[in-house]
Amino acid sequence: MSYILDQEQLDGLEEALTTDLMTLGIQSVILIDMAGNVIVNLDDGKVRHDVYSLAALAAGNFGAVSAMASIIGEEEFSLLFHKGKSENINFTKIMDDFLLVSIFGNDVSLGYLRLKIDEVINKIKVLIDRTGSS
Amino acid sequence: MAFINTKTKEVQVKLVFVGPGRGGKTTNLEYIFSRIRHRIESDMVSIKTQGDRTLFFDFLPFELGAIKGYNVKTQLYTVPGQIKYNATRKLVLKGVDGIVFVADSMVDRRENNISALNNLKENLKFYDIDIADIPIVFQYNKRDMAMEGIPILDVETMEKDLNAQLKAPSFTASALKGDNVVPTVKKAISITIVAIREKLL
Ligand SMILES: Nc1nc2c(ncn2[C@@H]2O[C@H](COP(=O)(O)OP(=O)(O)OP(=O)(O)O)[C@@H](O)[C@H]2O)c(=O)[nH]1
Ligand SMILES: [Mg+2]
Repeated sequence: MSYILDQEQLDGLEEALTTDLMTLGIQSVILIDMAGNVIVNLDDGKVRHDVYSLAALAAGNFGAVSAMASIIGEEEFSLLFHKGKSENINFTKIMDDFLLVSIFGNDVSLGYLRLKIDEVINKIKVLIDRTGSS
Repeated sequence: MAFINTKTKEVQVKLVFVGPGRGGKTTNLEYIFSRIRHRIESDMVSIKTQGDRTLFFDFLPFELGAIKGYNVKTQLYTVPGQIKYNATRKLVLKGVDGIVFVADSMVDRRENNISALNNLKENLKFYDIDIADIPIVFQYNKRDMAMEGIPILDVETMEKDLNAQLKAPSFTASALKGDNVVPTVKKAISITIVAIREKLL
């Protein structure tokens, strides 16, 4: 099984994530699929994370949290957020197969970020929906 | 679920090492890591118990040149082999593109190999995958133990137990010594790529 994203889709994704999220001053944003593949990886140029390891762990973590939810009879937990001393990480599921990972400092308001994430998710859905997969 | 990126000309595939507990899955990845660590930036990620058993997975990115102009990036994972960790084992198989089944050649592990393979079939079924449809390579590991006088299964027996129907490629190996580890993984990647290559324009 595989899926393809073409240049136009990837450009669109990058542009949407840049204008809606990166301009808020967040550190990085990574769009991955639930298998742990990295689709888009953007950062502010100041950091260099090990993005592939991060993606593998984020996909695994998300899967584990979803499995816990189902064991206790919840469909899913809506808040997937880890708070650090200076950096924070937020996970947002997009459709069933994708995950948006946002890493940001304390200067960014979580509420406002969430609002912008909701906006960008709609754009991402439209872009990804055109995907040919098999 | 392989991801084909036409912009960066990159294919990402997920290869998962499966097999009975203590069979040598993590040792395979550790050997590969020792061979490539000088040229990759990332570390091997291991989520394990204090006793060094895999709890969730090991992860190692592995690049293997280009095919049809696409750079092939393989993400290598291991699952936990212990029976009790089926919940996390199942999670790691999500989106799997190819499998290396690491079987333990020690005589008293024969049943463990068979039940691990049955468990794999069940877990794949959960994702609507028939084991006959997914690229898979068998590795008969720990062949070095024969040298220490420890009884090991002969290859014909292991083939009959595990690979009689699938007739997949198989290798004898010693993950500890590094024998046939790289050929196993290269074979697994190449048959995985063949399965998706029509999509590479
Ligand atoms: N002699 C010998 N020992 C091996 C070989 N491969 C692995 N071992 C040993 O077998 C033990 C278990 O190896 P692991 O790689 O941790 O096994 P695993 O399959 O990852 O086990 P789980 O994480 O519990 O599923 C370790 O003590 C290894 O050193 C081999 O080729 N030869
Ligand atoms: Mg292990």
